[in-house]
Amino acid sequence: MTVIAAIHPEQLQREQRRQRSSCPEIWALLDQVKDPEIPVLSIWDLGVLQDVVVDDAGQITVIITPTYSGCPAMKQIAQDVENALLEAGHERVTVQSQLSPAWTTDWMTEEGREQLRQYGIAPPGVRRGDKKIQCPQCKSDKVRLVSEFGSTACKALYQCTDCAEPFDYFKCI
Amino acid sequence: MNEAIKTEQSALLNFVLAEADDALILGQRLIEWCYSAPYLEEDLAISNVCLDYLGRANNFYEYASELDTRKRSADQLAMLRDSREFSNLLIHELPIGDFAFTMARQFVLDVFYVEYLAVLMDSTDDRIAGIAAKSAKECDYHLRRSREWILRLGDGTEESHTRLQNGLNELWGYIPELFMQSEAEKQLMAQGVCADRAALQPAWDACVNEVLEQATLTRPDVSWKVSGGREGIHTETHGYLLADMQFLQRAYPGQQW
Ligand SMILES: [Zn+2]
Repeated sequence: MTVIAAIHPEQLQREQRRQRSSCPEIWALLDQVKDPEIPVLSIWDLGVLQDVVVDDAGQITVIITPTYSGCPAMKQIAQDVENALLEAGHERVTVQSQLSPAWTTDWMTEEGREQLRQYGIAPPGVRRGDKKIQCPQCKSDKVRLVSEFGSTACKALYQCTDCAEPFDYFKCI
Repeated sequence: MNEAIKTEQSALLNFVLAEADDALILGQRLIEWCYSAPYLEEDLAISNVCLDYLGRANNFYEYASELDTRKRSADQLAMLRDSREFSNLLIHELPIGDFAFTMARQFVLDVFYVEYLAVLMDSTDDRIAGIAAKSAKECDYHLRRSREWILRLGDGTEESHTRLQNGLNELWGYIPELFMQSEAEKQLMAQGVCADRAALQPAWDACVNEVLEQATLTRPDVSWKVSGGREGIHTETHGYLLADMQFLQRAYPGQQW
């Protein structure tokens, strides 16, 4: 039997950066910024928001990590981050995109997974873990893969063989 | 003209541009299936794979733009260079053909890129390593899908088998170029910036042979091979591809989203 760490080490570091941050109010503000394609999921819960740095001159740098190389939502997210901070009166904002370490669904928070489920999208399993894919409607794990690819880069298409509902699965990468 | 530009550019820029060109040109080919794939799920799948390639291209062009002494932007590098300045390997630019040909190419490339990126992600150049690590994850699921298609079409009907075999025969001579080191790569090897392409051949052979056998396909035994992409010597269709892809920036220079 293999023991799977409950939390991904990089996710732990991400949580610590937030907990130990000198500007918790900025992090809280950014919770309003959602994935434009899955509007229930904040960029924090999605694992995209990495860090917030405020320098002595008050310049805010927000670091985000793209989900997929070609994810068209990233530009929108960067714009939404700027807008959210501007509206709160922060005028000097830079959004930086950081490729490594590469984003993984293991950075998604428990809250994020639950929100996905309620939205009708099966949350990702844990990499190298044995979590089964469950139908978000009836919770059955008797499901079949329809296509490795769905309506956005992050999703695959499944169908539940118990209740027959087709559903999106947020694929695990 | 072209030679003068090439020598002015550093080996690193040439290498990064070549990686970007490979990804962009294949992405542009894949997008041709958008709205015309065999069925909706496949349409989405090809478009998604295409996006991953365009994203990879963009990541490399952004880096190339920073390295470029002529200060061209990522968009300018992609949209305002001519065919002779593009250094993509020829296999990426071949027309899409039928669905079997597209999947045959995708499969041989997916097998290659899974191996290649796994090495490139250990590049001593952090930017290159980061882009490779990101793309490597995406190639895993590209290969899962293209491998399924090879099995299904190869071991499917007589028609699908014939079409896939023909597709493989047609592209086989373009494969050796994947395993050749460019001048830039030869210069960068010692510093551990790029991957040793030739060293990837045994792993590629093993994977491809296994799948082809399972799919009841015959590994083509062809005596011809073509190369020249890295030096900017392309097939006839390359110019048409660029004309289509670059139209907007040529007609309305500087347009942005
Ligand atoms: Zn169900």
